[in-house]
Amino acid sequence: MRHFVVVGILVVAVAVLTYLGLHTVGLMPVPASAQAGPIDWLWDLQIKAMTFLFALIVVPMVYSLFVFRRRKGDTSDAEHIEGNTTLEIVWTIIPLFMVLGMAYIGAENLAETRRVDPDAMVVRVTGYQWGWTFDYPDYGITSNELYLPVNRQALLKMESRDVIHSFWVPEFRVKQDLVPGRVTELRITPTLIGDTYKVRCAEICGTSHAYMEAPVIVVEKVAFEAWVAEQQALASEAGQTPEGRGLALVTANGCRACHSIDGSGGVGPTWFQLAGSEVPLSGGGTVVADDAFLKESILQPQAKIVAGFEAQQMPAYNFTDEQVADIIAYIKTLK
Amino acid sequence: MERKYTVGSGLLFLLIAGVIGYFIGLGIDALIMKSVRWTAPVPSAFALLFAFTAFFFGVYGYRGITRGLVYQVVWTLIGGFIVTGIRAARGLSVFSGFFFTEPAWVFGALAGAVAFLFGVGVMDDWVKWARGIDTPEHHEDEPGWEKYLGVSLDHKVIGIQYTITALFLIAVGGTFALIFRTELAASGLQFLNVDMSLFGQNGPQLYNTLMSLHGMIMIVSILLGISGIINYAVPLLLGAQDMAFPRLNAFAYWVSVPASVLLLMSLVLGGFDTGWTGYPPLSAKAPVGQQMFFLGVFVAGWSSILGALNVIATVLRMRARGMTSMRLPIFVWASIATSIIALTATQLIGLSFQLVMFQRLFGMGFFDPAKGGNPVLFQHLFWFYSHPAVYVFVLPGLGVISELLPVFVRKPLFGYRWVAMSSLGIALVGFLVWAHHMFASGMNEYLRVPFMYSTLLVAVPTGVKFFSWVATIWNGKISTPTPMLFVLGAIVVFLMGGLSGPPNATVSVDLHLHDTYFIVGHFHDTIFGGFVFPFFAAIYYWFPKATGRRMNEFWGKVHFWLMTPSFLILTFGMMRVGLLGMRRRIADYDPALGFDFTHLILTICAFAIALSVLIFIVNLFHSIKHGEKAEGNVWNSRSPEWQVPSPMPSHNYEQPFEVVGEPYDYGLPGSKYVEFIPARGGKH
Repeated sequence: MRHFVVVGILVVAVAVLTYLGLHTVGLMPVPASAQAGPIDWLWDLQIKAMTFLFALIVVPMVYSLFVFRRRKGDTSDAEHIEGNTTLEIVWTIIPLFMVLGMAYIGAENLAETRRVDPDAMVVRVTGYQWGWTFDYPDYGITSNELYLPVNRQALLKMESRDVIHSFWVPEFRVKQDLVPGRVTELRITPTLIGDTYKVRCAEICGTSHAYMEAPVIVVEKVAFEAWVAEQQALASEAGQTPEGRGLALVTANGCRACHSIDGSGGVGPTWFQLAGSEVPLSGGGTVVADDAFLKESILQPQAKIVAGFEAQQMPAYNFTDEQVADIIAYIKTLK
Repeated sequence: MERKYTVGSGLLFLLIAGVIGYFIGLGIDALIMKSVRWTAPVPSAFALLFAFTAFFFGVYGYRGITRGLVYQVVWTLIGGFIVTGIRAARGLSVFSGFFFTEPAWVFGALAGAVAFLFGVGVMDDWVKWARGIDTPEHHEDEPGWEKYLGVSLDHKVIGIQYTITALFLIAVGGTFALIFRTELAASGLQFLNVDMSLFGQNGPQLYNTLMSLHGMIMIVSILLGISGIINYAVPLLLGAQDMAFPRLNAFAYWVSVPASVLLLMSLVLGGFDTGWTGYPPLSAKAPVGQQMFFLGVFVAGWSSILGALNVIATVLRMRARGMTSMRLPIFVWASIATSIIALTATQLIGLSFQLVMFQRLFGMGFFDPAKGGNPVLFQHLFWFYSHPAVYVFVLPGLGVISELLPVFVRKPLFGYRWVAMSSLGIALVGFLVWAHHMFASGMNEYLRVPFMYSTLLVAVPTGVKFFSWVATIWNGKISTPTPMLFVLGAIVVFLMGGLSGPPNATVSVDLHLHDTYFIVGHFHDTIFGGFVFPFFAAIYYWFPKATGRRMNEFWGKVHFWLMTPSFLILTFGMMRVGLLGMRRRIADYDPALGFDFTHLILTICAFAIALSVLIFIVNLFHSIKHGEKAEGNVWNSRSPEWQVPSPMPSHNYEQPFEVVGEPYDYGLPGSKYVEFIPARGGKH
């Protein structure tokens, strides 16, 4: 009996101390969305259950190892106890109701993270190897950064252009795959202003999966409207010139995910000082990067491969001649 | 005079053939590509195949495994050239950057795998029977270690063959892990960067290949490891002379060897970047290495299915007299549960991979949305096996825990019936939970809640096991030699895996945890607790039975005390960074997340684990000849195999035994589990 009392006290003590320890350290990133609230609440409940069960198994085990260890010279067997049906039923039934309860709570919790706001702002998210593009159909703008107004639900309608990707901002908690051939949805209500969040692709998608990230910026409603106005002005101004239209195309198609514009390395060759330069080709020889070469490289990327980029498979793009000319005009501005 | 084969001559052959193979490959590659590419896939592929084969030639001569490998290499080439010839006749492209085109590689690899089986000799008896020639029921094995490199029908030899192959694959998969773990020690790309190139892959691509292969090679090694223990122990525990179908047993083992070669081939043939899950459309676009991976898994699946069939037949038909269902050793119950899953679910991973193979080869659009296919369907088919597979991995290990605990606490297994039934419970519920891997996949949203319920139910039978183990230990007389240490370690580590499971089952929390390092930490805990620790426990425990000697206790304890803390820190660290935003399967991470220090610690822990396993392997091979003699009942066990001297005679028990009591009645004076029937007493 004494053993049970000691172990009982130890179980409670270890459970409480472990929980307090974990709670103090803090396990989750900053919660920055309305969806994070219920998820963190349920996680905390589960941590409580986990620490209790941890203590319930480990404490009697470790206690036994010390108290019931075999004494030197003792070769006899222990007491012959075959089992106890009542106990077995107890530790089958109680956990059964615990997990059913947990599942019920889990379903309620899921419903809470999916609560629909009819005024949600729609953002169309496109994922591709290896970048993100965000379209705001209400405002007619396109961006490679996800700008969101605080405390307004955003309804993300997501599509993939090639393979499966997954939209995840750790501070927002919830996650949703992007599946080729269909539109998947995710609702997020940002609650914390900040500009250090990032959407990080969570489903392996090839060579540069690790770098498939895009900035997420949560701002006040006023600042968001200012950003929208600025983007709209830029877009309409850019629409006047070939290089402006080219930039818009480059943004919408996520070209810069692979091609840097400042001479730094990347999955594909940089565009910095590319136009007119001499480019070494795979398998020897060089070519001058004139309009014809650039056009061919956009429409048929595998026709001539730049040395050092043999392992890459740039998809072919179906641009019109006019669009290609615009993009080339944009590339020519990068010097 | 007979030639003397040694490991030294094997290594010499390995080196020479590797160099020769490399230059042959380099020449062929230069002919096709018209430029010399030192690190291209083709020279590496030839070097690998030649070196591997020559090693066994040096060790063993041209027979058994060597002949199998030679057949495999030759028929891979013949098969490849047949398809290449057909393609040439039809005016299709003939060669590619990987020498053969993809269809030629796939057909060649399949032909090679089949040819291996004929070459190694495992089909000999069946071929003879088909031609009307009788063969003896038993084939006597040659004495000494050489029998392990050729076909044997003895379940004990096959068990050890499985175990050694599993250890080899663990070493390979572990080495891959160390390579990419080193890359992760700091943010930014250290040596697997975009400027390096090996086997036609740049650094991040090679990272993806090694990471993906680590997963699948370890999975295959686990399947072989559990088959090793089951093959060795189950007939001994049942009192049978062998498995029910000895030739099928040998076939199931040998088919795993060409499968392992295929998996390794995928590394040099361009690799693949999908993770072990191989989700299309990504896997439909990856290099030809993806096909070798699919084919390797497909072939390995046969090993699992046929092995499971054999176990079930053996347990149903070959038990000793009096061994009723409630007097079966508990490990046999676990083997039955695991075999039911392996026999009925493995087909689904073969099927899902085969469909992607056909999508690539024949343009069938199963998972291609442009052709009306559905990428999410693949995930359903894949996880229908791959979740229950986890229970295939851990149930035998949990059986080892339940089997060994009573011996070292000198008390009956608490609630034997409940522990036995909980294995079946886990196996059955395990079939109904697969879609919990897909909560974020875009499958029908209303499916998520029922799968949350079914998944959480797994906790109930698992809990019964934990509570019963603790009750077994309670009030025992506990001693802690190395096997018992690993049993206790297994319980603690598996508990960590078990406790970190339910959060992944509740949908909303899983939407945060899914595809992060939290999951990586969680399943490494379940696999180490459910397989790796019990596997080591079983080897330390049954080693004297197989060899008549004990493994060194001191180095066994060093192994345990080095591995256990390192491993716990490793998985806690994984879960910690995962919760804070570390995604799975990434070659590099954002330095802004501040994970550098944690990852450095994790890498150090990984090396500590590798060192401890190295110590184990040295201890294992050293003890075969130099271990302390242990021919009697080393652990003072009631189990039948310990009632006869070690090492076990080649046809097991010279006298059959009858079950006269409960298996785990420690502490009941005068009771016995088995009694040997005197000679001429009754039929076996």
